[in-house]
Amino acid sequence: MKQLSFLLEKEFRQVFRNPAILRSVLIMPIIQLLIFPFAANYEVKNVLLSIVDHDHSSYSQKFISKITASGYFILTDYSPSYNKALEAIESDKADLVIEIPKNFEKDLVKETKSSMLLAVNAVNGAKANLGGAYAANIIRDFNQEIRLDWMTFPAFNAIPTIEITSSNWYNPTMNYKDFMVPGILVTLLTMIGTFLTSLNIVQEKESGTIEQINVSPISKTTFILGKLIPFWIMGLITLTIGLLIARLFYQIVPVGNIALIYLFAMVFLLALLGIGLLISTYAETQTQATFVGFFVMMVFMLLGGLYTSIDSMPEWAKWITKVNPVAYFIEVMRMIVLKGSGFADIKYHLLAVLGLAVVFNTWAILNYHKRS
Amino acid sequence: MQAVTVEHIVKKYGSKKETVTALDDVSLDVAQGELFGVIGPDGAGKTSLFRILTTLLLADGGHATVDGFDVVKQYKQIRNRIGYMPGKFSLYQDLSVEENLRFFATIFNTSIEANYDLIKDIYIQLEPFKTRRAGKLSGGMKQKLALCCALIHRPVVLFLDEPTTGVDAVSRKEFWEMLKSLKKQGISILVSTPYMDEAELCDRVALIQSGKIMSIDSPQSIIKKFTKKMWSVRSAEMFRLLNDLQQYSNTEKCYAFGEFHHLVLKNDAEGMDPVMHYLEHLSHLEIEMQLAKPNIEDCFIELMSQ
Repeated sequence: MKQLSFLLEKEFRQVFRNPAILRSVLIMPIIQLLIFPFAANYEVKNVLLSIVDHDHSSYSQKFISKITASGYFILTDYSPSYNKALEAIESDKADLVIEIPKNFEKDLVKETKSSMLLAVNAVNGAKANLGGAYAANIIRDFNQEIRLDWMTFPAFNAIPTIEITSSNWYNPTMNYKDFMVPGILVTLLTMIGTFLTSLNIVQEKESGTIEQINVSPISKTTFILGKLIPFWIMGLITLTIGLLIARLFYQIVPVGNIALIYLFAMVFLLALLGIGLLISTYAETQTQATFVGFFVMMVFMLLGGLYTSIDSMPEWAKWITKVNPVAYFIEVMRMIVLKGSGFADIKYHLLAVLGLAVVFNTWAILNYHKRS
Repeated sequence: MQAVTVEHIVKKYGSKKETVTALDDVSLDVAQGELFGVIGPDGAGKTSLFRILTTLLLADGGHATVDGFDVVKQYKQIRNRIGYMPGKFSLYQDLSVEENLRFFATIFNTSIEANYDLIKDIYIQLEPFKTRRAGKLSGGMKQKLALCCALIHRPVVLFLDEPTTGVDAVSRKEFWEMLKSLKKQGISILVSTPYMDEAELCDRVALIQSGKIMSIDSPQSIIKKFTKKMWSVRSAEMFRLLNDLQQYSNTEKCYAFGEFHHLVLKNDAEGMDPVMHYLEHLSHLEIEMQLAKPNIEDCFIELMSQ
């Protein structure tokens, strides 16, 4: 016990003397949480629009003013022909082309039917997808307006129609920040858990101090605990800072119980520290540890459900997310913060992460040898 | 009981296809309270031997004990009884002198105060810098601190792996003085070094080359085994002299040694006169030739060529 407390004292002393670690624990989360949520925004705005109007009628004018007034599009190009508009797409002046055919208004009035061409630059998938969808929406709306203008609806609608109105539960304004901030907080904890732990131990390998520890009678468990506890505490400090920032800057107040977030974070950090420890038992140099750590991080992040929904991943990828503690924590974090889920809702997540923590740590401890 | 026994230790590195034998059937004994030197060039296997004895490395064959305990089965007892100073300076650079010492005392379940008398003579020199970070110390000071840290738990056997490599001549001399005083306290010391001059300061030495022990004896006895006459020769043109001497018919061996060349003749009965004539005939100037006392290095070179 005395040995362990002294090991901890030494670890903290070293941390406080290393400004880089202090910075990454205290300042990094602040900066990331203040900048990242604004950039990581799924809402697509500023879609560059090119219009080819062959009709030049009052309807085409009405449509153009409607689409530009929506706020999602910027009219950057007004081309006389479709080919010219394609040139605008090639030179990146436009993302989306809408071609209004000749006799658009005439056909609409006479034949009650007309068509329009919508062409999207799909190089940027997200932008194309959403831009196209917005445009289609606006066209549908426009269509509705014309029908209202022309038809006098009977008291009872002759054709049954289903009108869809949606309401966003748990995040009524569909605020992306509410959704991203808890997720980003998880990635921060992940970085501290894996990188700081593995680099710290590998550093002892590189400097040769681990040899001195290995020849001492200190037990493997004491040594490993002495390494894990400081970073476990630092992870919880980062979480606290992150939750404070979420509250102060984004007015995100967890709907659920904060204690539950901490409970989950404690177990989650154990799993990540285990991964960090595992990396350090295999890596001989800090360079190796960094590269392996980065690879693991990338896999965890991309298959963690922060940017993309796990439900839309292929089956094999879903299986990987089952051993990804980050995926569990991101989900739980959103559940507790946005939805106010209780212990009963997250107990399987907790159990899964606890299992992963046991697996990673056992593996790491078995692989750590005081002699070769 | 011997402080250290090593019996037929074998250690191989590398894969199955390509193995390097670091230690090839090494056997030696170190008596209690002895200052034992392991002398050999880089890559001879000194560090591997030390790591096996300090329970950091498992041997591929053979037995070894330290203070009566088996290095494989009873490693836990050994770890309480030994002090190890690796060749590479390995203390916490970002902790101060005092913190380093306290750390190593604690992990061995003891305190600085309990064993202060053992390190007092060395620590006094470090005391003025005790709040300085270990990384900011000079090479000689780092080495003294490392020795203090290795001694703080009052080990029975001390393993010093090339403690004087990269340390200046004055600090080296001081260091060997410290070892002598530690020896007086009854600590058995195993020290490795690539410097031949340090061999003569040990009670006994083992000469090791490519993982094989060539000779174990006291430095004096090793030198005594050198029965041939050793000549030191110099002239105005040292490089040509070396080539000429190596081509001389009666030369057994000739190599550069400081300001002189050391020469061993195949037939000692002829004496120096024929050599002098040979050299004068080759028009060497300022020729000096005299009998020299062989030292450990000469013996080592002799053993290497056998």
